[in-house]
Amino acid sequence: MQPIVVEHIHKSFGDLKALHDISFTVDEGELFGLIGPDGAGKSTLFRILTTLLLADKGNAQVNGMDVVKHYRTIRREVGYMPGRFSLYQDLTIEENLNFFATIFNTTVEENYDLIKDIYEQIAPFAKRPAGKLSGGMKQKLALCCALVHKPKVLFLDEPTTGVDPVSRKEFWDMLQRLKTKGIPILVSTPYMDEAILCDRVALMQKGAIMQINTPANIVKSFGMPVWAMKANNMFRLIHDLRAFEGVNSCYAFGEYLHVTLHTDLDSIKAYLAPLGHEGLEIKPARPGIEDAFMQLMQEQNELT
Amino acid sequence: MNTHAIVTKDLTKRFGDFIATNAITFEVGQGEIFGFLGANGAGKTTAMRMLCGLLRPSSGEATVAGYDLYTQTEQIKKRIGYMSQKFSLYEDLTVKENIRFYGGIYGLSNQQIKQKTQELLARLQMEKEERQLVSSLPLGWKQKLSFSIAVLHDPSIVFLDEPTGGVDPITRRQFWDLIYESADKGVTIFVTTHYMDEAEYCNRISIMVDGKIKALDTPAGLKKQYNADSMNEVFLQLARAKS
Repeated sequence: MQPIVVEHIHKSFGDLKALHDISFTVDEGELFGLIGPDGAGKSTLFRILTTLLLADKGNAQVNGMDVVKHYRTIRREVGYMPGRFSLYQDLTIEENLNFFATIFNTTVEENYDLIKDIYEQIAPFAKRPAGKLSGGMKQKLALCCALVHKPKVLFLDEPTTGVDPVSRKEFWDMLQRLKTKGIPILVSTPYMDEAILCDRVALMQKGAIMQINTPANIVKSFGMPVWAMKANNMFRLIHDLRAFEGVNSCYAFGEYLHVTLHTDLDSIKAYLAPLGHEGLEIKPARPGIEDAFMQLMQEQNELT
Repeated sequence: MNTHAIVTKDLTKRFGDFIATNAITFEVGQGEIFGFLGANGAGKTTAMRMLCGLLRPSSGEATVAGYDLYTQTEQIKKRIGYMSQKFSLYEDLTVKENIRFYGGIYGLSNQQIKQKTQELLARLQMEKEERQLVSSLPLGWKQKLSFSIAVLHDPSIVFLDEPTGGVDPITRRQFWDLIYESADKGVTIFVTTHYMDEAEYCNRISIMVDGKIKALDTPAGLKKQYNADSMNEVFLQLARAKS
């Protein structure tokens, strides 16, 4: 049985199409990522799957049960960490965790093995109110609370947004360990670099899924060579490249620009030569998820 | 002194026994894009609030746009722009009303506001949306609008606190185009971000760990010093080292 099945889900808020014909499945024990910026529809989808919102059209099953008919059972069996920090700010770490355990008719001790790894990192602050925790610690507590009743499916809506790179890395390490315990996880993130940590991802933008695949296959399907370019004055280099019709796309990527071409490399070199860019460097680059995402976005924008 | 937009010496802020910002010393040149990085809780926000004249330092010295951080905070506030992801624009005012409101706050004349409004809307290609409520705009547009309003009064420095969180990758880059454009005109950019690729776009970067500046150099210099391929690696090495 596939723990999450989504079939042709649509949802609008007034004129705004929040979700448009969304279909995908998550396999047993899979870590599946919804990758996309704010406004892509990720949270709306989470709310539909966790039975908090009704879709306009389409079906979805979680753990084999329909999200509309069996909403009561689903609510008992899934763990959900919403995008906005939703624990009780004036309860301590300990109190929050006990509260959520009680709500689900269990105890912290009963499933302690599941949260042990994560809880030990915040245990020194057990008596501190949740509102006084750092961003990284809040995320860890929220994850513990979502796990305390040993859910059969885990939903994590943007668990790493606004969290610094160190805490983000720690959080993903924890997810990898959870995965080994066999819990299927649906996780969303606006950070493209986190896509490679998932088994499969759906790239989402403006309420639609642009592509579903493994991160490796998404990168493989990019389909055109990417060139890394840099010069001492990057601002001028960007302008000059964008002004040239042989350039298909030109985006900043950290230290270098990533450039794709309609034409061959020699003509771009010939174009740049008389413009006198100091420190000009051109070399082949390996495209990443973010390159693929932007290419798909461009295609989507051209269609609409 | 005026060639430096920001100069600090041993700038410190204590809250009771806790030292949030611990004797930080650095200079930012006029027109420089300066990345101010650090883990959550490293003391970035406290430092930034002091530099904006919103929080009085416990000790140390600093000038911002040539004005003293203890005695001339009102002058500082007039010479800086500020934008953060959390607070930027009034959602229930239209695009045009927001521009007018901030123009008024910064003491621009009606004539100036009118002219600036036209320029700004044209540059962002938002003429058609001028009567729309800000709440109805996509996040990326809001952020670009918010930045343009933060530099409406031609400040000498603009402080950007995680301006691009959650924004799509294309808009994120368009946002940086705006930053480059302003820096090119001589505006100093002081920016925090959790996107390490954006750290690479800065002229220089400081990395704060536990209230102190642990590293300060160009992105290339830092990568060399820490023998790392990316700023992400540099950041992980530094921020990890503490615990």
